Amino acid sequence: MNPTPLLALFIGSIFTNNILFASFLGMCSFLVCSNRISTAIGLGGAVTFVMTFTTAINYLIYHFVLLPLHLEFISFIIFIAVIAAFVQFVEMFVERFSPQLYYALGIFLPLITVNCAILGASLFMVLRKYNFMQSLTFGLGAGLGWALAIALMAGLREKMGYSNVPVALRGTGAVMLIAGVIAMVFTGFAGMMSLQ
Amino acid sequence: MIAAILALAVTTGIFLILAVALLIAERYLVNYGSCLVRINEGSVEFEQDGGGTLLAALYEHKVFIPSACGGKGSCGYCKVIVMQGGGPLLPTETPYINRSEVKAGVRLACQVKIKQPMELKLSEDLLNVREFKSRVSLIRELTHDIREVNLELIEPEEIKQRPGQYIQILAPGPDGPVFRAYSISSPAYETRKVQLVVRLVPGGIASTYIHNLRQGDEVIFTGPFGEFRLSEDSGKAVICVGGGAGMAPISNIIHTIYRRWPDRPCWLFFGCRTTNDVFYLDKFKKLAEKHPNFKVVYGLSDPLEEDEKWDGDTGFIHLSVDKRLPIQQSRQAFLCGPPPMIEAVTEVLKDKGLRDEDIFYDKF
Repeated sequence: MNPTPLLALFIGSIFTNNILFASFLGMCSFLVCSNRISTAIGLGGAVTFVMTFTTAINYLIYHFVLLPLHLEFISFIIFIAVIAAFVQFVEMFVERFSPQLYYALGIFLPLITVNCAILGASLFMVLRKYNFMQSLTFGLGAGLGWALAIALMAGLREKMGYSNVPVALRGTGAVMLIAGVIAMVFTGFAGMMSLQ
Repeated sequence: MIAAILALAVTTGIFLILAVALLIAERYLVNYGSCLVRINEGSVEFEQDGGGTLLAALYEHKVFIPSACGGKGSCGYCKVIVMQGGGPLLPTETPYINRSEVKAGVRLACQVKIKQPMELKLSEDLLNVREFKSRVSLIRELTHDIREVNLELIEPEEIKQRPGQYIQILAPGPDGPVFRAYSISSPAYETRKVQLVVRLVPGGIASTYIHNLRQGDEVIFTGPFGEFRLSEDSGKAVICVGGGAGMAPISNIIHTIYRRWPDRPCWLFFGCRTTNDVFYLDKFKKLAEKHPNFKVVYGLSDPLEEDEKWDGDTGFIHLSVDKRLPIQQSRQAFLCGPPPMIEAVTEVLKDKGLRDEDIFYDKF
């Protein structure tokens, strides 16, 4: 059992243990979809939503099906299947009830399936022995942390459009450098507390 | 061993549960019920279960819309006017639809999904499009890479086409069947057959398929499509400029003209690289003997070989147009060929006083 209180877990998963800047998960969509703040926030929101719920569902499956049967070794494949199915479901749901949001998110919605931060959150949940409420909080916090990271990067990239970037660094090169600098800034939070 | 079987069972079980949950969700979430689709204020209407694309629904109900990419949203041909029930314009459509088309309600039928009753507006021409079953009756090699393919119609037996129109051939592709457009080269009065002039494009799906056809093979196509209308004014001269397989619509136009108006003035300018690319020249020379108002000019863009004989023009075809075409009042031009040729010829024709609306072109 993990003793971290919920509030500390929530703050910690956003800042000190930001899933992107501390664990470097979810880099691919972070690099590709951080050109504009509006899409970054849309994608961040969708990731947060999916991460919160899949972590909770995976908690239930892990603790009530896999653990009693001693089948921890298939947790990877089960987690991925749950995430894929959940994203499908969200896609249908959003298309039906909020076509505007559906069109705004466009291709990003199905892309969430392959965002490794989401699988990462489920695996941390197992590794750090969270209970159900902690898992839910961690899923929400990690999602918000990822959304914050991509929104920060999108803001910087929008600004970068007006600056004179050396030719060799244009595009991904500069983005990698900036991501490194932001990650260093985020490790500054680590002194406050650290999640285990 | 037991653990492996258990793992397999649990994995299968959870996958099954997820699949069933998704199926149930799909049944309730993606089911839009039956929607009424009305075309041209009810001249055609049908009920369609919602959820699918408009293009597929129209095809299912025998309304054939041109489409070359198979519904991937990459060709932009399947434009229809949606008056009601189309929902917001999608990001996948915006590259193909300009501002004035957005105002008119133009959408790509392959991207719009049917979710509610819809009102469409289609040109009457499109409602006359049929699906044809045909058989290859004759194949002729025109040059090293251009073939003339004659299709004898089986079902329906007759086609009503205007010169300049095209058909869409169904060709088997690596990712399923595709439709590709080819202009009809047989004259409009030959209603029992369709003739095509097809250049083999290296790696091209449909042109490879057509070049591999043998006599007797069955071919499915839809048509006729295309907005071009030959002017009915017999005093209006017609200028045809083409290159390569751009011969197809031009051959149709010229033969149709001389069946109806034997004395109508008409110019044919045809650009080739070398003498090996020349075809149909004898046929047109014979036609020109019968109809003195028909002028044929073939031009070669590459220099002649040492021992070659050539009595036509040399140099790019737009130079021939510039040199030979007299200034005259009432004219209509039809251009068909590669884009640089079309651009060069359009400029020359405008210098000669043709108006934009009298220049019709087909770039490929």
